[in-house]
Amino acid sequence: MREVNAKQITEVVKKLCIDANLYLGEDVLAAFDRGEKMEESPVGKEMFQQLKENARIAREEKVAMCQDTGLAVVFVELGQEVHIAGGDFNGAINEGVRQGYQEGYLRKSSCNCFSRVNTKDNTPAIIHLEIIPGDKVKITVAPKGGGSENMSTVTMLSPSEGVEGIKKRVVDWVKQAGSNPCPPVVVGVGIGGTFEQTALMAKKALLRPLGQKNPDPQLATLELEILTRVNNLGIGPQGLGGRITAMAVHVEMIPCHIASFPMAVNINCHAHRHKEAVI
Amino acid sequence: MSEAIRLKTPLSDADVEKLKAGDKVLLNGVIYTGRDAAHKRLFDLLQEKKPLPIDLKGQVIYYVGPAPAKPGQVIGSAGPTTSGRMDAYSPKLMEMGLKGMIGKGMRKKEVVEAMKKHKAVYFAATGGAGALLAKAIKKAQVVAYEDLGPEAINRLEVEDFPVIVVNDTQGNDLYEEGMRKYAR
Repeated sequence: MREVNAKQITEVVKKLCIDANLYLGEDVLAAFDRGEKMEESPVGKEMFQQLKENARIAREEKVAMCQDTGLAVVFVELGQEVHIAGGDFNGAINEGVRQGYQEGYLRKSSCNCFSRVNTKDNTPAIIHLEIIPGDKVKITVAPKGGGSENMSTVTMLSPSEGVEGIKKRVVDWVKQAGSNPCPPVVVGVGIGGTFEQTALMAKKALLRPLGQKNPDPQLATLELEILTRVNNLGIGPQGLGGRITAMAVHVEMIPCHIASFPMAVNINCHAHRHKEAVI
Repeated sequence: MSEAIRLKTPLSDADVEKLKAGDKVLLNGVIYTGRDAAHKRLFDLLQEKKPLPIDLKGQVIYYVGPAPAKPGQVIGSAGPTTSGRMDAYSPKLMEMGLKGMIGKGMRKKEVVEAMKKHKAVYFAATGGAGALLAKAIKKAQVVAYEDLGPEAINRLEVEDFPVIVVNDTQGNDLYEEGMRKYAR
């Protein structure tokens, strides 16, 4: 049994909240370069240039790349040999979010659903916990903006709709989202499991390095086919018309009930942020 | 696409009537921030026929909830939020003289119609480019609803704030036109 102090978790979460909002990943920056080259629309090209410049300013001046610094979505892979000491685990994560959003000058975007009164510290964090073998704790913070999250969906298809049904639903959904989720987007697709599991898979699909194919060749082909169809919509960067509506489509799939065919689409904006650390 | 048109706020009917969907515009002068919660409050005051905390005549509202300013900064990152959520309130505000809205994303048909009727335009700023856009904001001051935190109404002074006309006073829509042009 290895002991990890709750304070250490707070420190790590705090740093990840700040770093994720300030420093865009190399994979996303590389996708901006590719997008700028491939984009045919002059205004679309200009949008990629602005996004690169925006990322540079955020990185160098240590400011949030986007004012919507998101709800703090925290994925934890907790080794079963780890004992959390010196405090409450969920409390330690929330304290990290509280401190990170305060000290990093990040916007607090969490509010009561009815009164819309802000919680003022961006808590509660959205925590997804998985127990895994080993004695390490892996924490990933993925701040999620409201604009792109609003353009996401879960659908319970009929098994008779088949893989074509999946393709059609994803493409239709991205089309309907149009300019709202800040394209060029990243499209996370979950297939299978149950109602809630498919949504979580769609979100986790966004954590994969941008553009890295699914190791399953059938799903890798599906990703490419959906990406091509999405980019044929013509929505383009910022919805102003162009060839690059999505930078990548990531699909994850697990088995489902014999009566079911659940699927979920979780769209992420170009501020495709997440940072991870292992304790 | 032509060179950018430089405009100074407040905007007149003549200013907005010459704008066409797709025009690049650099805004200068005063604009006001306002998003969901502030819009609801302004709308409720108008329904109750009470005075507004700001005069909307000729003004431009920027749909933004900025990040907090770091020491030495005028404002934190300040890019546009999704405009569609303001659709329920916008026609009423245009009736009160609002001439411009800055945001990102599509507007409802009723809002596009109201723009034609009241001679107003909808501009898009680059969504997600909050750090870059904040550079064009030279002054920021809360003028109403401080209790709303990031949703308070700020008076901003901007210099060459870059936007693109999405919906003009003729009912044209750059999002639709752009998509048609590049769809395959």
